[in-house]
Amino acid sequence: MKTLRFILEKEFRQIFRDPSILRMIFVMPILQLIVLPIVANYEVKNVKIAVIDHDHSPVSKRMINKLEAGGYFKLTGYCVGYQEALQYVEQEQADLILEIPTHFERDLVKEGAAKLFVAVNAINGVKAGLGASYLSSLLRDYNSDIRMESFPATKFSQTPQLIVTYANWYNPFMSYKLFMVPGILVVLITMIGSFLTSLNIVKEKEIGTIEQINVTPIKKYHFILGKLIPFWVLGMIVLTLGLIVARVVYGISPVGNIGLLYAFSAVYLVAVLGLGLLVSTITQTQQQAMLIAFFLMMIFIMMSGLYTSIDSMPYWAQVVTWFNPVRYFIEVMRMVVIKGSGFADIAINLGIIFIFGVLLNTWAIISYKKRS
Amino acid sequence: MSKLANNEREVVISATELTKQFGDFIATNAITFEVFRGEIFGFLGANGAGKTTAMKMLCGLSTPTRGRATVAGFDVSTESEKIKKNIGYMSQKFSLYEDLTVTENIRFYAGIYGLSIPVIKEKTAALLQQLNMKSQKNVLVKALPLGWKQKLAFSIAIIHDPAVVFLDEPTGGVDPITRREFWEMIYAATNRGTTAFVTTHYMDEAEYCNRISIMVDGKIEALGTPADLKSKFNSETMDDVFLKLARNAKRIGD
Repeated sequence: MKTLRFILEKEFRQIFRDPSILRMIFVMPILQLIVLPIVANYEVKNVKIAVIDHDHSPVSKRMINKLEAGGYFKLTGYCVGYQEALQYVEQEQADLILEIPTHFERDLVKEGAAKLFVAVNAINGVKAGLGASYLSSLLRDYNSDIRMESFPATKFSQTPQLIVTYANWYNPFMSYKLFMVPGILVVLITMIGSFLTSLNIVKEKEIGTIEQINVTPIKKYHFILGKLIPFWVLGMIVLTLGLIVARVVYGISPVGNIGLLYAFSAVYLVAVLGLGLLVSTITQTQQQAMLIAFFLMMIFIMMSGLYTSIDSMPYWAQVVTWFNPVRYFIEVMRMVVIKGSGFADIAINLGIIFIFGVLLNTWAIISYKKRS
Repeated sequence: MSKLANNEREVVISATELTKQFGDFIATNAITFEVFRGEIFGFLGANGAGKTTAMKMLCGLSTPTRGRATVAGFDVSTESEKIKKNIGYMSQKFSLYEDLTVTENIRFYAGIYGLSIPVIKEKTAALLQQLNMKSQKNVLVKALPLGWKQKLAFSIAIIHDPAVVFLDEPTGGVDPITRREFWEMIYAATNRGTTAFVTTHYMDEAEYCNRISIMVDGKIEALGTPADLKSKFNSETMDDVFLKLARNAKRIGD
């Protein structure tokens, strides 16, 4: 125990003397939490639309006004022909083209039906899909307005209609921030826990001090604990900072028990610290450790359900996510923060992370060798 | 050398057919020698001759492929952790923490060798006095000149009064005056009963050793006092002895 005290003393001194570590621990998480949720936003706004109105009727005018008034669309071009509108698309000045044919009003009134043409620039798939569906729901809306005006008598009438209304539980306003902030916090804790640890150990390998440590009577577990404990503490500090930022900046305070978040985080950090230790035993330089970290982090984030729902992944990809510890913490974080889940709800995830912790640390301790 | 004349010399390091093989490459090839208590043993050889590998085996950093060796009475293959309590080591690479101060480095290494806080305080004061570094005690090690760092590293390597101290090219890049002072520190330590096992490329330093061995291509080609070797190889200087042996080397140095 006495040995461990000296090691911890040294590690904490070094951490608090290293400006880059301090920046990574304090500045990076706060900045990321403030910036990322604002930019990582699925709401599509400012969809640029070019309109070709061959009809020039009151009906078509009203339709265009309605488009502009909605806030989602920005009318960037009012064109004479399709070719001209296409140029707007080619020059990135329009995402959508809406073509209103001649006799649109006449057909609508006389025949009770008229056709519109919509062309979508599908280079940015998300924007194209959402823009097109916004447009069609807007048009559907407009359609029912017109029907009510034209055939007021049939208002409560013959054609039975299904009207769907819905309520968004737990996140009533469908705020992306409420959804993203807890997830991003998990990613930050993972980075601190695993990759700062591995960089720290590999740095000692690079400088050569690890060789000096290996000729002393320091026990393997002393050295490992000496490296893991400080980063475990730092991970908890980042969690605290993150929760404060979520509260102050976004007004998000966990619906569930904060103690539960800390308890889960405590176990989770042990697991990711084990991962960091493992990376450090298989790499010789900080550069190698960085590359592995980068590769793992990409997969961890993409397959964690942070941005895209795991349920909509192909089955094989869902199987891959079972081996991603980040996935389990993001689930727990969202469940506790947004939904207020209790211990019983997260017990399975806790158990899985515990197993991760045991396996990763055992593997890492076996691969860490004082001699060759 | 009255110490050498003593017939009841205590063996501190003994190696028998000690070998380390990496695949087909035999880095250290069946070396056999003994080092006695209080001796300064020079371990010479060209780059790539296998000195560092041999030293790592003796320190318990590397497991021998064949042969056996004992250091301070413990077997290097099976009791390496016991050896580690009884040796000091100073490597080619700089071994102190640059982002810690002089006293913090002393405190850390003394602490992990199990010295108690009062003893650490006492030793720190004595060491700062001896190295004339009192005014630098709270300076980060990275701010010290190389010669000072090496002297500090040596003092820290022997802070727990080990039976043997291994020095792997301790004076590389250090100026002649500091080198001289460094060797005086080695003499002082050996007078207190510590054995020094030194590798070096400076032949004037080889002359300071009680006995030296010269390794060529993984084998010990010569072993004896500097005077013995000079007469055996008909040479005026150790430099000449070294060149006569090392020129036959087939390995390309690193």
